[in-house]
Amino acid sequence: MPSYSRVTLVLLALGFAALALFPLVGETFYIRFFTKIMIYALFAMSLDLLVGYAGLVSLGHAAFFGVATYTVAGFIDKLGIADGFLILPAALAVAAICAAVIGWISIRTTGVYFIMITLALAQMLYYFFNDQLYWGGTDGMNISAKPLLALGGFTLVDLSNRVQFYYTALACLVTAFVMLSVLLRSPFGHALVGIRANEGRMRSLGYDVQRYKLVAFVVAGALAGLAGFLESSRATFATPAYLGWHESGHALMIVILGGMGTLYGPILGAFVLLLMEDYFATLTERWLLIEGLFVMAVALLMPEGLAGLPRRIAALRRRAPENGDG
Amino acid sequence: MQRNRRTFLKQAGAGAAVLAAASALPTRFAVAQKAKLKLGLMLPYTGTYAALGHNITDAMNLRLAEAGNKLGGREYEIVKLDDESAPPKGKDNAARLLVRDKCDLLIGTVHSGVAIAMAQVAKEENKFLVIPNAGAVQLTRQNCSPKLFRTSFSNWQPAYPSGDVALKDGHKTAVIMTWKYPAGFESAGGFKDSFVKGGGKIIKEILPDFPSVEFQAGLTEIASLKPDCVYVFFAGAGALKFMKDYEAAGLKASIQLYGPGFLTDGVYKQAGSAAEGIKTTLHYADDLDTPVNKKFRAAFKKATTREADVYAVQGYDTGTFLIQGLDAVKGDISAEKPLIKAWEGVKIDSPRGIFTLSWSHEPIQDIYLRQIYSGDEKLLGVAHKALADSGSGCVMA
Amino acid sequence: MSYFLIQTLNGVQYGFLLFLVASGLTLIFGIMGVINLAHGAFYMVGAYLAWWLAEKTGSLFLAVLMALPVTVLLGLVIERFGIRYLYKRDHLYQVLFTYGLILVLNEAQRVLFGNDVHGVPAPAWLAGTIRLSEAQTYPVYRLFISVTCVGVAAALYLLIQRTRLGMVIRAGATHRDMVAALGFDIARLFMIVFGLGAALAAFAGMIAAPANTVYPGMGDQILILSFVVVVIGGIGSIKGAFAGAMLVGVADTFGRVLLPQGAGVTVYAVMALVLLWRPQGLFGRTA
Repeated sequence: MPSYSRVTLVLLALGFAALALFPLVGETFYIRFFTKIMIYALFAMSLDLLVGYAGLVSLGHAAFFGVATYTVAGFIDKLGIADGFLILPAALAVAAICAAVIGWISIRTTGVYFIMITLALAQMLYYFFNDQLYWGGTDGMNISAKPLLALGGFTLVDLSNRVQFYYTALACLVTAFVMLSVLLRSPFGHALVGIRANEGRMRSLGYDVQRYKLVAFVVAGALAGLAGFLESSRATFATPAYLGWHESGHALMIVILGGMGTLYGPILGAFVLLLMEDYFATLTERWLLIEGLFVMAVALLMPEGLAGLPRRIAALRRRAPENGDG
Repeated sequence: MQRNRRTFLKQAGAGAAVLAAASALPTRFAVAQKAKLKLGLMLPYTGTYAALGHNITDAMNLRLAEAGNKLGGREYEIVKLDDESAPPKGKDNAARLLVRDKCDLLIGTVHSGVAIAMAQVAKEENKFLVIPNAGAVQLTRQNCSPKLFRTSFSNWQPAYPSGDVALKDGHKTAVIMTWKYPAGFESAGGFKDSFVKGGGKIIKEILPDFPSVEFQAGLTEIASLKPDCVYVFFAGAGALKFMKDYEAAGLKASIQLYGPGFLTDGVYKQAGSAAEGIKTTLHYADDLDTPVNKKFRAAFKKATTREADVYAVQGYDTGTFLIQGLDAVKGDISAEKPLIKAWEGVKIDSPRGIFTLSWSHEPIQDIYLRQIYSGDEKLLGVAHKALADSGSGCVMA
Repeated sequence: MSYFLIQTLNGVQYGFLLFLVASGLTLIFGIMGVINLAHGAFYMVGAYLAWWLAEKTGSLFLAVLMALPVTVLLGLVIERFGIRYLYKRDHLYQVLFTYGLILVLNEAQRVLFGNDVHGVPAPAWLAGTIRLSEAQTYPVYRLFISVTCVGVAAALYLLIQRTRLGMVIRAGATHRDMVAALGFDIARLFMIVFGLGAALAAFAGMIAAPANTVYPGMGDQILILSFVVVVIGGIGSIKGAFAGAMLVGVADTFGRVLLPQGAGVTVYAVMALVLLWRPQGLFGRTA
């Protein structure tokens, strides 16, 4: 459960403040880009709940993100309903229901099994959208409008305004962060971490282990759905690739790079990875080679990710005088 | 920076015009010439379609170089971006070129999903988009726009004449087999339109999921249905494997195979005997016996050491398209009305033959019938003269 | 032969191929407890090597003989300098490491061999066809693939059940510490198993190349299907992989024929059903 040190809290507050001030100075393109990064940070944060706290390594998380994008597309372009106050809960619900079903099947297993089953079931959803010409098939779908967030004719948030969208994404990110932090400090969070540490013990203590896991899976799925809602509203596009396992792998990469089990790590990871990819891509056409090597190096050398770096450095410094091999 | 400078130049130009009104000094066109034109080129340079992206780019550059590397007398620079054929990145990449790099014009791409994303960004940013490949029909139908032009084809277009060809060959029944994805569906639709109209009957449509290359079940179905002919749409690895499997299943000898040129282009050499006899229709044929084509193929080979293909032709024609339009407005891309008018009126003397653009900004072009014969692709003739996409559902506004 | 029978043959034949790929995956899972996403990439490496060497030497068999040691070596090197450090860690890191490996191998393939699609001719003496029905023939090479797969399955079974190495492998899968205490070099054992698993995937790619064509990204699709096979069969069970592969092959074929609308998702639905019935897979030990 997250109990942040004072330094971390100050840094976090500074970070969020910097993000809040960014639109005042940033170029249009980077406002757009940072919005995307924050959405991916939110998505990765929802995965962190599973990977970092519940010990559930899901390789199918993108499916929940993706079904939410298609829910937005379906409402706006198939039903002709643009009311965001209908679309948003619907997107979360669809993502949560998919997560409940996939979760129900997969949490009966653990370890390698769990990884493969979440992957395979997510691929099933991927192929569903990939194959259905009604949903645009491999071409995906342009979404013709942005969801309207208006009450009684008064627009609360104009999502077609880039700055307003930026702040919407930031607000969602901060809210999700606070909400998850609170959730993980609650008895529920304690139980979740307890299950991860020793499932058998928790079971013998009378906890319904499967139910805790399923609830975590559904919460994470719904949050991924929120990210999917934001992304499809931002990009006004839905594509099967959003559900694909490469997206899931990418999110996992963000979580580990940033530092899993921290909630703020994924935010850090999203900024570093997406900005880095952006930079690599301008360097060489072979940037995937660089990215692949980088991913392998992170897996081998940085198990605690960026969030764990200060601790590692501190540990090295403490150790250095003793054995001199720091 | 770029834009600031240009605005400054424009203002300075306007000021000068006021001062020297009588002396008829700088016209609007002349002023705009001073800044470099920025072309945003968004194509796949990695991934499945990388070869297509490179051929389009190289051929376009070849054409621009032939014209002295100037567009309407103006210098230009190209900002290249690899779109990876990744639809989730399509919008951001297009925005990067138009918003961050402030390109005046967007060119791309191969993958239809990415092109659809690009079209929307171009519309939002109110910039021109020229599509040198992606064939999704919606781009020049429902999603058409005054500032969107396609220099390649629509998926329907090369397929439509093949139905007539099959009828002329004496076939009455057909099975369609294509990947269950929009390009395959649209292509199959083209074949169906003409085949059914002429009295033919489609017995069955077999639609394996994309991009699966496991065709055995479908081939067994074809063998049991025994149609007169089969129309297929596969490309790349799928095309190669399908042709080989079709031959191995013993169907090639008894049931004639038709398809768009994408079926055989680039893979028929690899397919060897399996490709022999297959008839395809396309808006280009390698062995078109025209001076323009011969000159182009030689020049492309000299510049790249590779053989030109239909994608290179589309890139080359995109070059011509840019030159003709921008020459007409002397490089002033902000003269949008005259530029659109110029582009709508282009007449491009292409390696594929002369073509013009339809009202929905789609080439009106000849579709050729080709057949693999003794290991080579041979031109049999024109399957359909000056074919235009219907553009149905397009409202130019 | 009747329509139904031919379709069954198609499904079984596809199943054999899936088994060949999935067996290496289940071996690595079962014995080392390692999840290897790059398994499909090894399949691709095998296919490309087979194509390239067959082109150079003019013989597929020579190509396979030359390519096999290369792929074993590739597996050994990856184990020695990467996977080895991840045994004790959460599966998460294995997922990440092998995910990175996919990116690297896919890109390396493009750098070395380009983006083109290639066909590999079957050896002349296997290039014929046999007649199944009035209209349809069947390539002999596909039957050859099936026979090869049966051979590999038998060899694997014998290796694991009847040899000293197999005994140690079996013991290592369940009692790692005891095997180590008995003086066996666990590190070397795992290296061998990983090399063997990689080579099996690559071998599948080589053998399938003439029937399948060789193209960039070919490993991705086969990876997911192998996962499904392994999950259905039960992790670590060669027998399970065989049963799972047959089930997936037949389900996929008949899914295309009987339920063309949902053909893409048939095998996944089958997997979900099997898991609801037996969460540990058909032949899996309790998870």
